[in-house]
Amino acid sequence: MLRFVLHRLGLVIPTFVGITLLTFAMIRLVPGDPIELLAGERGVSPERHAELRAQYGFDQPLLVQYWDYISGVLTGDLGKSIVTKQPVLDEFFTLFPATLELSTCAIILAVLIGVPVGIIAAVRRGSIFDHVSMGTALTGFSMPIFWWALLLIILFSGILGWTPVSGRISLLYFFEPVTGFMLIDSLLSGQEGAFTSALRHLILPTVVLSTVPLAVIARQTRSAMLEVLGEDYVRTARAKGLPPRRVIGVHALRNALIPVITVIGLQVGVLFSGTVLTESIFSWPGIGKWLLDSIARRDYPSVQGGILLIATTVIVINLLVDLVYGLVNPRIRHHR
Amino acid sequence: MKNQSITLLAAATAMTFAVNAQAKTLVYCSEGSPEGFNPSLYTAGTTFDASSKAVYNRLVEFERGSTTIVPGLAESWSVSDDGLEYTFNLRQGVKFHTTAGFTPSRDFNADDVVFSFKRQGDENHPYHQVSGGSYEYFNGMSMPDLLKDVVKVDDYTVKFMLNRPEAPMIANLGMDFASIMSAEYADKMMEAGTPEKVDLEPVGTGPFQLVAYQKDAVIRYKAHPDYWAGKAAIDDLVFAITIDASVRYQKLKAGECHIMPYPNPADIETMKADADIKMLEQEGLNVGYLAYNTKMAPFDNPAVRKALNMAINKQAIIDGVFQGAGKAAKNPIPPTIWSYNDATVDDPYDPEAAKAMLSEAGVSGLSTKIWAMPVQRPYNPNARRMAELIQADWAAIGVEAEIVSYEWGEYLDRSKAEDRDGAVLLGWTGDNGDPDNFLAVLLGCDGVGGSNRAQWCHQPFEDLIQKAKVTSDVAERTALYEEAQLIFKEQAPWATIAHSVVYMPVRNEVQDYRIDPFGGHIFYGVDLAE
Repeated sequence: MLRFVLHRLGLVIPTFVGITLLTFAMIRLVPGDPIELLAGERGVSPERHAELRAQYGFDQPLLVQYWDYISGVLTGDLGKSIVTKQPVLDEFFTLFPATLELSTCAIILAVLIGVPVGIIAAVRRGSIFDHVSMGTALTGFSMPIFWWALLLIILFSGILGWTPVSGRISLLYFFEPVTGFMLIDSLLSGQEGAFTSALRHLILPTVVLSTVPLAVIARQTRSAMLEVLGEDYVRTARAKGLPPRRVIGVHALRNALIPVITVIGLQVGVLFSGTVLTESIFSWPGIGKWLLDSIARRDYPSVQGGILLIATTVIVINLLVDLVYGLVNPRIRHHR
Repeated sequence: MKNQSITLLAAATAMTFAVNAQAKTLVYCSEGSPEGFNPSLYTAGTTFDASSKAVYNRLVEFERGSTTIVPGLAESWSVSDDGLEYTFNLRQGVKFHTTAGFTPSRDFNADDVVFSFKRQGDENHPYHQVSGGSYEYFNGMSMPDLLKDVVKVDDYTVKFMLNRPEAPMIANLGMDFASIMSAEYADKMMEAGTPEKVDLEPVGTGPFQLVAYQKDAVIRYKAHPDYWAGKAAIDDLVFAITIDASVRYQKLKAGECHIMPYPNPADIETMKADADIKMLEQEGLNVGYLAYNTKMAPFDNPAVRKALNMAINKQAIIDGVFQGAGKAAKNPIPPTIWSYNDATVDDPYDPEAAKAMLSEAGVSGLSTKIWAMPVQRPYNPNARRMAELIQADWAAIGVEAEIVSYEWGEYLDRSKAEDRDGAVLLGWTGDNGDPDNFLAVLLGCDGVGGSNRAQWCHQPFEDLIQKAKVTSDVAERTALYEEAQLIFKEQAPWATIAHSVVYMPVRNEVQDYRIDPFGGHIFYGVDLAE
């Protein structure tokens, strides 16, 4: 097992270097000069432009700029935003808890609904439930997030008035963030109704963000279950006269879950990209919206730092998934 | 305490939001997060709304809802005969905000004015480099060349010395970058080793003081109890940051906010029909234009430019691109600016005559480019669509035009080139309500290769605007600018397209909100009906 862990960890380092190189190169390959963008129609004089380029170090050769960036990363300094002049790390960690809270809720919802739906659809293959659920999953997967979110807002917030339109908590509640997780902070605040308000604010964004992962998980569970249900040992289990519930719940599901766990791990990456749109629509103060702004304004330090931190999170989560996978499936760890 | 989540008052004080049901709280669904809270460091309107408009004052102010200059922190001022010295008599008894991090020991005085300008202009000032130290508006308004010195005469008199006469100087001092900060607070923070706090946890003299800010979520203010012009009618002001215009509208409908900026053009009719919403509207202080490259043949010939102008159906653009929320432009300055020359006669829409003029000028089989901006701007909601309409209009007179576009930063940069191929769609929103801010910046000889996208340097026009720049008599300046506009029309370096109309939906209970012609959002003077 230790060898397996070390092997997985060893792969993290080149991935990490690759990400720094990619983000550094890509944001510079995108046309658009951050200084021109800052100045807008007003423009800056060529002298001032040169001054500002020097101030941000953009006049240095690319290799030098990359070296400066990497040396900073290694010492925990991701630089300062060109726009707000604040340290990138501070901005990221102020906003990250909101994204983490929303993503966690979304993945929990996706798993809680996606896995049972996939199992039922597989067991009742060809039934109306199978057709309807898989059809819905396909629709959910292909639906434009922006349109879907607005539709839900108009229906549930506008017409029915059941949920708030946007934000994380009602403006009536105001307390100092302790953990950054609104559900926890609202409980800690002791203010009456704060937790309920935070929960109500979470509903629509969670539903929207979980739509794509839910669809993927449901479909993946269904196909994995179908495959396993056709295996010899399941037939043997049935032939032995085990109750169907036990055959499906223990023998089939345990093996079917292995590819599903991998998919759930991969969906974390999808979730982070999904937050960009979801957060923008629901005015959710997370890193998705922040990153989108930073890219639009060619805020090099924020884009580099932000993507690096998100990628690190995804790498860590996938590493954990791999380790769990190794624990669940002995073939994998022994194979390595 | 993290930078982005600052809390300036003890939680107990701020709890009044939750428990004090009697307090009047105005909620504004703002469109984005401010870059920071020091308006001299930034250039975005969103930042100014959150900082200069709410928290700070300037020596002179623009009267709410107009471009008229009124006394602010200066009660009166005088200008020397040679136009090189401006003396301001400062208001006495003006209190700075008292916050959790700072209790002022004195009232506002001349030291604060000197500090606010020296920080931006003097590279050796201890605060110059704090928070990145780039003062783009100060630079953009040519203050480093213009301002010789700012001197304290006594506690309540301050003198600005200029290197050359500049008639728009007073209007410049009403701009956001000229906000006055507390020198005492700055000294305290420098002593404490946290000078950047001055820019993050602002202390001003303005009508509202910052209570808390959570990036991308909410900004909370409370009314400054000792505001020199009287406490604001509302007790608390909240900016609920809501990026998407459709979502802002839903929040407004649901009563989650009282006022929202920048509605979707497509929603305006529905909003007007909503019984809970009042739709305010006002012509914007802007102009959208198509600038020819007057240095390149055949566009160096005014007759060709005029012919192309006459081929453009502006009404179709107003209907199709602005969806009615615009007004055809005939002058390079909007009608809300003083000296607007209503006597100017616009080029008529007459494709036949245009065709004849082109052949008279010896131009046939002309092919060119139309540059379409990739972004939506207040003066042009859809440049691509506008370019397509112009392309079709020109095709009707035998001029073939290809539409090109670049990423926004690239677009701004490339369109400056003196050898640029084609005509550029762009526009401008006024900074200080002075005609000079349009005519000199966009059409002056200094701007060639820069903000003068027509690359147009026409001596008779230049002489008039330069003369107006150093003349302090308003009537005399008006006459000069009126004449300049006639020359502009005759020479046609641009096709003037439109001035947009600004819409502001507010809920019925909002009283006396006035649209700021400069595009800002100002909440002092606004009340809520019980």
